[in-house]
Amino acid sequence: MTDATTSSLPSATPVSGKGSLMQQDARTRKRNAAETRFKAYGIAAITIGMLMLLVLVYNIVSRGTGAFQQTFVTLEVALPAEKLDKNGTRNLDDIKKVSTFGYTPLLRDAFEAKIAEKNIETELSGKEMAGILSAGAAAQLRDFVLADPTVIGSTVAFEFLASSRVDGYLKNRVSRDSIANDKNISAEQLDFVDQLTASGAIEKRFNLDFITGADSSDARPEAAGMGVSMMGSFFMMLVVLALALPIGVAASIYLEEFAPKNWLTDIIEVNISNLAAVPSIVFGILGLAVFINYMHLPTSAPLVGGLVLTLMTLPTIIISTRASLKAVPPSIRDAALGVGASKMQSVFHHVLPLAAPGILTGTIIGLAQALGETAPLLLIGMVGFIASNPPDSIASGLLDPNSAMPAQIYEWAKRADPAFYERAWGGIIILLLFLVTMNTIAVILRRRFERRW
Amino acid sequence: MALGLTGYVVLAIILLTVAAFFMARSRAKSTAGGDIRLLHSLPNYYGYNAAMFAAVPAFGVLMIWLLAQPMIIENSVFKLIPERIVSEGSSRGLVMSDVRRVAEGLDIAVAQGALTDDEADNIRTEFKDVRSILGSVGVALGSNVEPEVLYAAQQYRAKSETGTFWMSVAVVALAALGAALAIFVTNADFRARNTVERGALALLILAASLAILTTVGIVLSMLFESINFFRLHPWTDFFFGGSWAPNFRGDSDLSILPLLWGTLYISVIALLVAVPIGLFAAIYLSEYAGPKTRSAAKPLLEILAGIPTIVYGLFALLTVGPALVSIFGRGEAGLLGVDWMSGATAVLTAGLVMGIMLIPFVSSLSDDIINAVPQSMRDGSFGLGATHSETIRQVVLPAALPGIVGAVLLAASRAIGETMIVVLGAGAIAKFSLNPLEAMTTITTRIVSQLTGDTDFASPETLVAFALGLTLFVLTLGLNVLALYIVRKYREQYE
Repeated sequence: MTDATTSSLPSATPVSGKGSLMQQDARTRKRNAAETRFKAYGIAAITIGMLMLLVLVYNIVSRGTGAFQQTFVTLEVALPAEKLDKNGTRNLDDIKKVSTFGYTPLLRDAFEAKIAEKNIETELSGKEMAGILSAGAAAQLRDFVLADPTVIGSTVAFEFLASSRVDGYLKNRVSRDSIANDKNISAEQLDFVDQLTASGAIEKRFNLDFITGADSSDARPEAAGMGVSMMGSFFMMLVVLALALPIGVAASIYLEEFAPKNWLTDIIEVNISNLAAVPSIVFGILGLAVFINYMHLPTSAPLVGGLVLTLMTLPTIIISTRASLKAVPPSIRDAALGVGASKMQSVFHHVLPLAAPGILTGTIIGLAQALGETAPLLLIGMVGFIASNPPDSIASGLLDPNSAMPAQIYEWAKRADPAFYERAWGGIIILLLFLVTMNTIAVILRRRFERRW
Repeated sequence: MALGLTGYVVLAIILLTVAAFFMARSRAKSTAGGDIRLLHSLPNYYGYNAAMFAAVPAFGVLMIWLLAQPMIIENSVFKLIPERIVSEGSSRGLVMSDVRRVAEGLDIAVAQGALTDDEADNIRTEFKDVRSILGSVGVALGSNVEPEVLYAAQQYRAKSETGTFWMSVAVVALAALGAALAIFVTNADFRARNTVERGALALLILAASLAILTTVGIVLSMLFESINFFRLHPWTDFFFGGSWAPNFRGDSDLSILPLLWGTLYISVIALLVAVPIGLFAAIYLSEYAGPKTRSAAKPLLEILAGIPTIVYGLFALLTVGPALVSIFGRGEAGLLGVDWMSGATAVLTAGLVMGIMLIPFVSSLSDDIINAVPQSMRDGSFGLGATHSETIRQVVLPAALPGIVGAVLLAASRAIGETMIVVLGAGAIAKFSLNPLEAMTTITTRIVSQLTGDTDFASPETLVAFALGLTLFVLTLGLNVLALYIVRKYREQYE
């Protein structure tokens, strides 16, 4: 380099801009600083992205784990015959005449017995004491008696759900300050809860009902669960799998193996890539207009949800299936044709089995996408009502109104009581667990079975 | 029971198909005298051929019939509704839905045994209180049943019943005919494999055309309802009006402009977050990072794209919104001591969260595009003495620019069509405002709110959702097509 030769000359001071290579001049320093800065921007961008992921995950976990725990109150309830079965006949019709209101006094008596047993001093009335229980406690008692009338006359130990305020108090969501204007609970009741907790009658433990139970009304957040909406999602995924996989694979086989290069093929290809980018809510409008208004399929049914999600997932499945068909080397096809197979036989007997792992991976990823989709479900009515019982047959699973996991989360997020927010975050944990599992299976399948030619 | 009969028809077709398969196969074998080498195709192909002939036309006709029958019956019953009972403020469509409801109620009443089939066909409102009968089987009606409505409902039932009956006959006969024909032509010389393969190819083409059908369905379903909307509401107000104030008593202001403003504002904020972060992340990953960092960081970033949008919506509503309020709101108690923000839902809330969601979109697309820039261009720049960052800024990025613009357009289309984040995080107030701390609303949130709950498909307040949907579809489609065009053109440049 010319710089090097000039600087090696015995001149006393280097001419400006022609310094030693060992020495950085101002401009080089500036350029190097710019280089470092630029690199730092990149690292910062990645860090921000990671940080956001971390914040999101931390948020979900820290706010949602509470939903898997619930506060229970243990009480020994006496079931006196003179109140529940006046005639003493144990006739189910007679027992049914006692409404849930008839059971409320039993709860009060149970509390009176409890404080006498544990020597708890409180100025609360029986009604106020019973107020720390869930509003559904009396109904729970009644259902128990109706299921087995022989228990009348005995004393039974029961675990009742505590009301959502008490539950929140034990989970530090509710404090004495925050309930200053709350009509549902008073500071005295919280003192009472403290005493009961100390005596062991109130405890917080794992709540399976959140995972298996049904949604509840606005007044009873403590009883709400994901189970029924999980069934709704399951049936939707069944529909998606049954329709999207065969149709998607058939479409991909045609486009990849048979389609001639003509205008029709072009139109189909452009259509598929555009459908992949159509906003999901537009598919919801399509479902509402075509499946519900035109075909009169039942509103809120998982069948309709499944149909809409099928149309949405098809492009994803087609794109991944085509990629895995393309990955099968032409020599396989040539060999099959060479021994006398027809084109159709070479595809179905040889190419398709070899592409199967890739197709399966793409399908699972497509299903995972469909499982988390919410917007189209809002339009076909899968929110805003409470499906109280899990479906009992495949037909009722497909046709009876139900919700789906993401729609259920949305429903909880919209309600005013903060106790539902905890449920919503808990629901997200369940949803994400499903998605993580599905994606892990997809990755394992790819690693295990993918062949590199 | 209409559905029950259809179920039996499907079962019958399946049975006929299976029977046809075995009969054709054994017939083929017997015509070859038991030596299958004399057959043109493998024996199973003769079976498949017969099964195809039995099932495909029958199922095809069944589908078309099931789709067309309700429409034809509705049209004929529609004419039965006299002008008299279409009252003020109501419409034929509403009366028609009453008719449908009564007809369904009669079906349920018969199924539960509250009425016999004969009674259901012949009762008159003059003699019996139809409303209370239907009420007793769980079909609640808003008002007493008009005799004409009942008559129309009975006609509706009668026509559906005859229709379904003839459908069953026709479809089962078609299946039997197809099977018989296929079995009849089966002999050793029949080219069964060729026929089956031609049929299979037709099915493959059908599956591939479903994509076109879906697009057509989307456009038509929205177009028809949009036309209905523009019949009820002036289009000038929709496109050029200044306010959005739906009022279910009528006389609403339904203009898209304030919604469009909210949508674009939120999208711009989202892009301001996503584009710099995503672009720098892509540059770092493709130009600086070693293979190890890259293989760890890229999938982690892409997790952000795999998280369902409902999660982001909740994150906006319950985490980011309150956090922003504690900075910009609450007066003296807030972090800045100002009171600019009153609620958690705001343009900034939705925009920030949507930006986070879009980071991986921008980064993976840009990453692909930067990787597609030929190495020789970088080498040339290095050879001239440029530093790495100078090479990126002055050589790689200009070369990748069209592709990056495409990626940003795709992200923008995604932002405009995004629903859950804005439904939960943006608010419900339609207005023109520049303040990002205020709640505003978007096209997608209004579609959701106009189409959920009790909807009346005869009022412009509901139908406007279809016009909004169509606008959204056209908008995002335009952006996608433009983006794909740019990306494709750019790719060809270096291939």
